[in-house]
Amino acid sequence: MGKIRNRAHLKEIAHQLAEERAGREVDIVVCCGPGCLARGSEKIADEFEKELKARKLDGKASVHLTRAGCHGLCEKAPVVTIEPMGFFYQTVTPEDVPDIVETTVIGRKPLTRLSYSENGKKEPVIKYSDISFYKGQTRIALRNVGRIDPLSIEDYLAAGGYDSFAKLLDENIEADTVIDVIEKSGLKGRGGGGFGTGRKWRSCKRATGDTRYVICNGDEGDPGAFMDRAIMEGDPHSVIEGILIGGYALETSHGYIYVRQEYPLAVKHLQKAIDDARSAGFLGKGILGSDFNFDIKIDRGGGAFVCGESSALMASIEGRVGEPRAKYIHSTDRGLFDKPTVLNNVETWNNVPMIIQKGADWFKSVGTERASGTKAFCLTGNINNTGLVEVPMGTSLRSIIFELGGGVPSGEFKAVQTGGPSGGCVPASLLDLPVDFDALTEAGAMMGSGGMIVMDDSTCMVDISKYFLKFLIDESCGKCVPCREGLRQMYYILCDITEGKGKPGDLDRITALGEAIIEGSLCALGKSGPNPVISTMKYFDEEYNAHISEKRCPGKICRPLITYRVNDKCTGCVVCQRVCPEDCIAGVKKEVFVIDEDACTRCGSCLAVCKFDAIDIFS
Amino acid sequence: MEFNKSDMNRILSVHKAEPAALVQVLQDTQIKFNYLPREALEVISSALDVPFAKVYSAATFYKAFSLEPRGRTQVRVCMGTACHVRGATLILDEFERALGIKSGGTTEDLEYSLESVNCVGACAMAPVVVENEKYHADCDPTAVRKIAKR
Repeated sequence: MGKIRNRAHLKEIAHQLAEERAGREVDIVVCCGPGCLARGSEKIADEFEKELKARKLDGKASVHLTRAGCHGLCEKAPVVTIEPMGFFYQTVTPEDVPDIVETTVIGRKPLTRLSYSENGKKEPVIKYSDISFYKGQTRIALRNVGRIDPLSIEDYLAAGGYDSFAKLLDENIEADTVIDVIEKSGLKGRGGGGFGTGRKWRSCKRATGDTRYVICNGDEGDPGAFMDRAIMEGDPHSVIEGILIGGYALETSHGYIYVRQEYPLAVKHLQKAIDDARSAGFLGKGILGSDFNFDIKIDRGGGAFVCGESSALMASIEGRVGEPRAKYIHSTDRGLFDKPTVLNNVETWNNVPMIIQKGADWFKSVGTERASGTKAFCLTGNINNTGLVEVPMGTSLRSIIFELGGGVPSGEFKAVQTGGPSGGCVPASLLDLPVDFDALTEAGAMMGSGGMIVMDDSTCMVDISKYFLKFLIDESCGKCVPCREGLRQMYYILCDITEGKGKPGDLDRITALGEAIIEGSLCALGKSGPNPVISTMKYFDEEYNAHISEKRCPGKICRPLITYRVNDKCTGCVVCQRVCPEDCIAGVKKEVFVIDEDACTRCGSCLAVCKFDAIDIFS
Repeated sequence: MEFNKSDMNRILSVHKAEPAALVQVLQDTQIKFNYLPREALEVISSALDVPFAKVYSAATFYKAFSLEPRGRTQVRVCMGTACHVRGATLILDEFERALGIKSGGTTEDLEYSLESVNCVGACAMAPVVVENEKYHADCDPTAVRKIAKR
C-alpha cells in the first residue's frame, strides 16, 4: 500500500478497498474472540481455508474468509456469520464446515440447523439482526469489532478508518476546536470514573509544560469485564486513531498504551496495528505530509490490579512499583514523568473518531441528557446469553438482562453485580434503573467499566462479599494502612460469618471499618473497596442474619453451613464414590448410596459427576 | 531455563538503558528464563542504573514475576467473579488435590505450577483454566484431572 500522502489519497485508497469488499458475494466471518477461541474457532477457520481450497473457491474475489474479533454472543461460541446476507451460525464444529460451504457459500442458502432460536422457541432466526440479543444494541464503540479482520489495516480503511484524523489535518482544524467538540459531545470516561473527557483534555492543555503525554488505559482488571479486551483485539486501529486525535488536540507527539499482561493477544494485535499504521504514514514523523509527529509505545503491565488506577499506572510506565499517590495535584498537571498527562480508557478513546466524524450533536442524540453515547457491557454469570453488548446510556438493567441477555437459565434472578470490586449488587427491586453514571451510584452500585455479573438464587451474597474482599486484599498495594489492614479485618469477620461463627454486632463492626477505610485510603481501590459489602448488607440483610443467627446459608454455598445427602433418585451407579476425595460415600451397587456427613468436606465432586440429580444440599 | 549472560544482554539491547525500562525488562527476563534469577536482577540493576533494592521491590510487587523457577506447564485458574459464581473454587481445590501442591506452588519435578489469577477476561466461558497459552472453557473436576494428567 505504501505511505498515504494526504486525505484525498486516503479517500481514494479507502474507496478502492471498499469496492473490492463490496464485490464479495460471500464473506465467511469466523469469530476469533476470546470465548470462541477457547472453544476452538481457530480450527474452524483453518477448516474453512482447507475446504475452500479443496473446492477451488479460495482464489475467487467473490468468496472471502475473515478471522474477526468478538461477535458478542459468546454463549453460542464458536460463532460464524455470513456477510452480506447476515446469516448467523452458532456452536459450529469443524465437521459443520463442508456443509456450510455446500449450502451457504455455493448454494447461498441459510443452513438452518445451525441457526439461533430464541429462548424457549423452536423456529430458527436466520439473521443476526433479527436476534433480540443484537436487535436491542447500538454499536458505536464496537462498530467494527467482529466485522473486520483486526490484523488488516485495509479492512479498517475500507470501513472509513483514519478519515476522522485525516480530516483534522486536511481542514487544518485548530487543536482547541477538537477539544471543544469532545467537550460538547458530553463524552465521559468509560473506565468507571465518568469524568468529562473534554474537560480532562482542556485542563491538560492549560497546564504549563513543554511536553505532554496521552495514555490509553488497557489495564482492564475488573473481574467480569472484557469489553476493552474485545476492542483491543478486535479493532485495534480505532483505538490508535482515537489516541492520534488526542495527540493532535493536545499538541503532543508521545502516546502510550498500557495493556495488562494477561492479554497477550491484545498486545500482539495492537503492536501489528501500530506497525502497519506507521508504514501507512499515520504514525511517525510528518504524518500525512503535515508537520505533525506522533508515535505510540505499548507497555505491558505486570499483573497488578491497582495499576488500572491512573497514578499507579503512570508509576508502572516509569518503571516503578504501581503505588498510587495523593491527587491534590492532578495528573493533567503533573502525570507521567511529572508532565501534564491525559489518561483515558480504551472504550473512551475508541469513541473519539466517531465523534469527530459525526459531530458532537449526533453523539449527544444517543443516550440520555446526563450521559450521552453508549456503553459496552459484559453479561456474565447466571444468564442465558453471556456475551458482549453495547446499549445507549439510559437503557434499563431489566432490558439488558432480560431482553438482550435472555434472563437467568434456572432459578430466580437475585442480583446483578456492576462495577467490579468497587461496585455493588443491585437487587431485583431496582431492575428498572437506567444505566448511567449517576443512577447506579445513587443505588450504591457503580457503572464501573462495564462488567455485569448476574446472580440467581443459588448465589450466596455473603460469599460474594467475601470473594470481593479476598480479591482486594490480594490486590491492595499496601501503601495505605486502612486499606491494607482494614479490608483484611473485614474479611476475617465475613469468614467467621460464613463458618457459622458470626456474632451479634458483626455487621456494625463491618460498617465502622468500612467508613474508616473509605475515609483513610488514597485511591479508589480502598475508597470504594467496602462498596460490595455495604451494598449487599443494604439489600440482602436477611441473608446476613440467616448466617449469623440461624447458622444457615440460604444460597447453599458456605460449606460449613451445608450438608450433602443422597436422595432416592440415586441408581447406585458408583460414579460419585469413585471421585470422592474423602472416601466418604458408601453403598451397594444399584442401590441408594449414603454420604457420611461428618467426613464430607462438601467439595462438590460428587455433585459435578452425578447424572441423576440424586444429591441434595441442605442448609 | 538457566541464567546466561548472552540471553540477558539480548533482552537489554532491545530496551533503552534507563530506569523507566525496568518493568518491561523484567517482563522479558521472566518470559525468557521462566523466573527472575538473582544474577539477572543484578545485571539489570547496573545496566538500567536502578538500585538493587528497587529492582527487588518491582520484582516482588508484580504478580507476573517469580523469584523461583516456575513449572513447564503453568496452570492458571481464573478466579474472576463470573468464574467464582460458576464454581471456580471447586476447580482450584481439585487442582490442588490432583497436583499435590497449593495455589502458588510448583511440583518438585518442575512439571506444573499452579496459581489463581483474577480474571483472564474470558468470562463467558466460566469457569476458565489457562494452561500455558491454551484456554480451557467450562471446566469441571473431570477436565481438571485431564489437564493435570494424574
